[in-house]
Amino acid sequence: MPWTRRHLLTLEQLSLEEIDQIHATAAAFKRTLTRSVKKVPVLRGKTIVNLFLEPSTRTRMAFDMAAKRLSADVISLDGSSSSTTKGETLRDTAENIQALQADMIVIRHAAAGSPLYLSRILNIPVINAGDGAHEHPTQGLLDTFTMKERLGSLKGRKVVILGDILFSRVARSNIHALVKMGAAVTLVGPSTLVPHWFTSLGVSVSHDLRSALADAEVVMLLRIQHERQTSGHFPSVGEYTSMFGLNKTRASWLNPKAIIMHPGPINRGVEIDSELADGDRSVILQQVTNGIAVRMAVLYLCSGGQPENVMPTE
Amino acid sequence: MPSLWIQNARVIDPAAKRDAAGDLFIRDGLLVPSLSAADKKRAKKIDTKGLVACPGLVDIHVHFREPGQTHKETIATGSHAAAAGGFTTVVCMPNTAPVADSAGTIQFIKDAVRRDAVVKVLPTGCITAGMKGQALAPIGSLKRAGVVAITDDGECVQSNELMRRACEYAKMFDLPLMDHCQDAALTHGAVMNEGIVSTRLGLRGWPHAAEDIIVARNVILSEYTGAHIHCQHISSRYSVGIIRRAKERGVKITAEATPHHIALTDDLLSGYDTNYKMNPPLRTEADRLALIEGLRDGTLDCVCTDHAPHTDYEKDKEFDFAPNGILGLETSLAVSLEILVRKNRFKLPRVVDLLTRQPAKILGLPAGTLAAGAAADVCLFDPDETWTYDAKAGFSKSSNSPWHGQKLTGRVKTTIVDGKVVFTNGRIV
Repeated sequence: MPWTRRHLLTLEQLSLEEIDQIHATAAAFKRTLTRSVKKVPVLRGKTIVNLFLEPSTRTRMAFDMAAKRLSADVISLDGSSSSTTKGETLRDTAENIQALQADMIVIRHAAAGSPLYLSRILNIPVINAGDGAHEHPTQGLLDTFTMKERLGSLKGRKVVILGDILFSRVARSNIHALVKMGAAVTLVGPSTLVPHWFTSLGVSVSHDLRSALADAEVVMLLRIQHERQTSGHFPSVGEYTSMFGLNKTRASWLNPKAIIMHPGPINRGVEIDSELADGDRSVILQQVTNGIAVRMAVLYLCSGGQPENVMPTE
Repeated sequence: MPSLWIQNARVIDPAAKRDAAGDLFIRDGLLVPSLSAADKKRAKKIDTKGLVACPGLVDIHVHFREPGQTHKETIATGSHAAAAGGFTTVVCMPNTAPVADSAGTIQFIKDAVRRDAVVKVLPTGCITAGMKGQALAPIGSLKRAGVVAITDDGECVQSNELMRRACEYAKMFDLPLMDHCQDAALTHGAVMNEGIVSTRLGLRGWPHAAEDIIVARNVILSEYTGAHIHCQHISSRYSVGIIRRAKERGVKITAEATPHHIALTDDLLSGYDTNYKMNPPLRTEADRLALIEGLRDGTLDCVCTDHAPHTDYEKDKEFDFAPNGILGLETSLAVSLEILVRKNRFKLPRVVDLLTRQPAKILGLPAGTLAAGAAADVCLFDPDETWTYDAKAGFSKSSNSPWHGQKLTGRVKTTIVDGKVVFTNGRIV
């Protein structure tokens, strides 16, 4: 099946087949990352604009890196340097970027739905790099890519996502991908941050860490997003850590082969013990590396590339 | 002014329990039982075969944005939209700029109405000074200046103490309080109904509990003080239950539902279309059906639009940043007929009642009747005509409607105010 999508807005709308295509393409690109000459010429002459209207380190660097590996020219704009601080609307900013002949726009925005909004306005591909508490599709793709690398097929695998689910776009994208891939997903955290509504997405919700972690093969930790909370969703960071932080004892409840994941940024000693974050079950840095390959795949496919043509000659 | 003879209509006058083929006669701006032979000869005749003739529609909840936000709507354009929708009396909310919390601003509005309006536009004043929820507005002066109710619509008086004093004070003037029922602390930053859809979309949820708590508060304060509180745009099933039980006890509480809350639900927000963004938000199917049942059994007294114009460029934003509100006046009748009559088997006279006599009764307005001697405010509509609503070609200055481009059934043909045709054949006269 040829790849036909121009935008990557959500994982909710992708089919399992499309997710597999992105993963296969990413696997091919990943092999180029360890060469001495890491650049491939597939997007030579194209300009990609990274419009990051919300703070980001990892995602922005990975998109930057991915575009450069594909030989595209990259311009990155952040909230403080764009005209949005002078009152320009998102529509106007985006139309200006298009008028400057950009070939693709990667957007990170605090408002859910804004990538979809841009995709309706612009003629160029729009890639969602995180929209509010909605989705972070490339993160979901790189997380599931990493899980597949370590575990093989995810069908029937027990995956726990632990932490601030309510405000997490990472959780939502992972949920959509994992459910399509057949994993058994359990969301865990304080009841104020893991509302029961989530069961409508085809996952279980639990507030009991012990039973949820028992025999899990993946545990993905999420940061507490203080910047999105409006009122106390839990009494204190200390209480959170004492109830839901992942420590050695709790990690021992996991399946012996389980991997520990975190999309970053991590708060050491809050949601995860420092030792575990650095331990041999942690795949946190592999996630980051895979983030380049997955984003190369997304940029490549959404600019009209086809999965089967991915391996260029050196 | 020539006399009018409306012929061969299906005359529906809920106050008189009239629903029969017949004629209406208008002389000197008033409805009269008949005309003399000489008058009949001279009268302007309107053949209304196939049409319904009913009291001019009444909407006690509109935003006409004047003074201060006339880029969205003016009293002139708002009144044109009202006339096009069959409305002859509308009550406008005080959240203008400045807010209508002084006799001077009320006078400004009344002057603009006299000069520009083609229908009867009645002002409300604020409950609190500056609509800030801190201290009472000069309610006595507002009453003297001519307001028909007080309200902080758009905001909700959060202090129970202040609301209690407002109730006691307004009761002295027989002024109803209209309340936008929303606990602010529960809805900080909220942009849509809290539930499955908001969870999926990652949008901040507005729990119906925030409405229910204030509705319950209003029931308690109305019962305690004896003041009449009218709960605006009820959206929650639970609130309908609270109001139903309060009415059974004889509490002086009334309530309204909007066409959009009885027609639409929160799953329509999946595309982040800001024309589905309003406050209170669209809720679930269970809520929607409960509102319809509330209208059926009289728990909810009337249908009001909350006509809330915003320009294209204001609505054309990220969902979080777009303002709340949609137009309603030009689509209210058709949507009400669709949802209540065709989908939920209300009798047509009942729906006319909800759009005329009932809202007028809430505020004690001399409207919503075809009785002899009453002002000749009449709406003539074809209940079966299907048409396409083009919001951009409509009469409002704005076009923020979720029904834009849709086929609607039920169309206003002529609107008459004080015996004068103000809208007919798709035109303001």
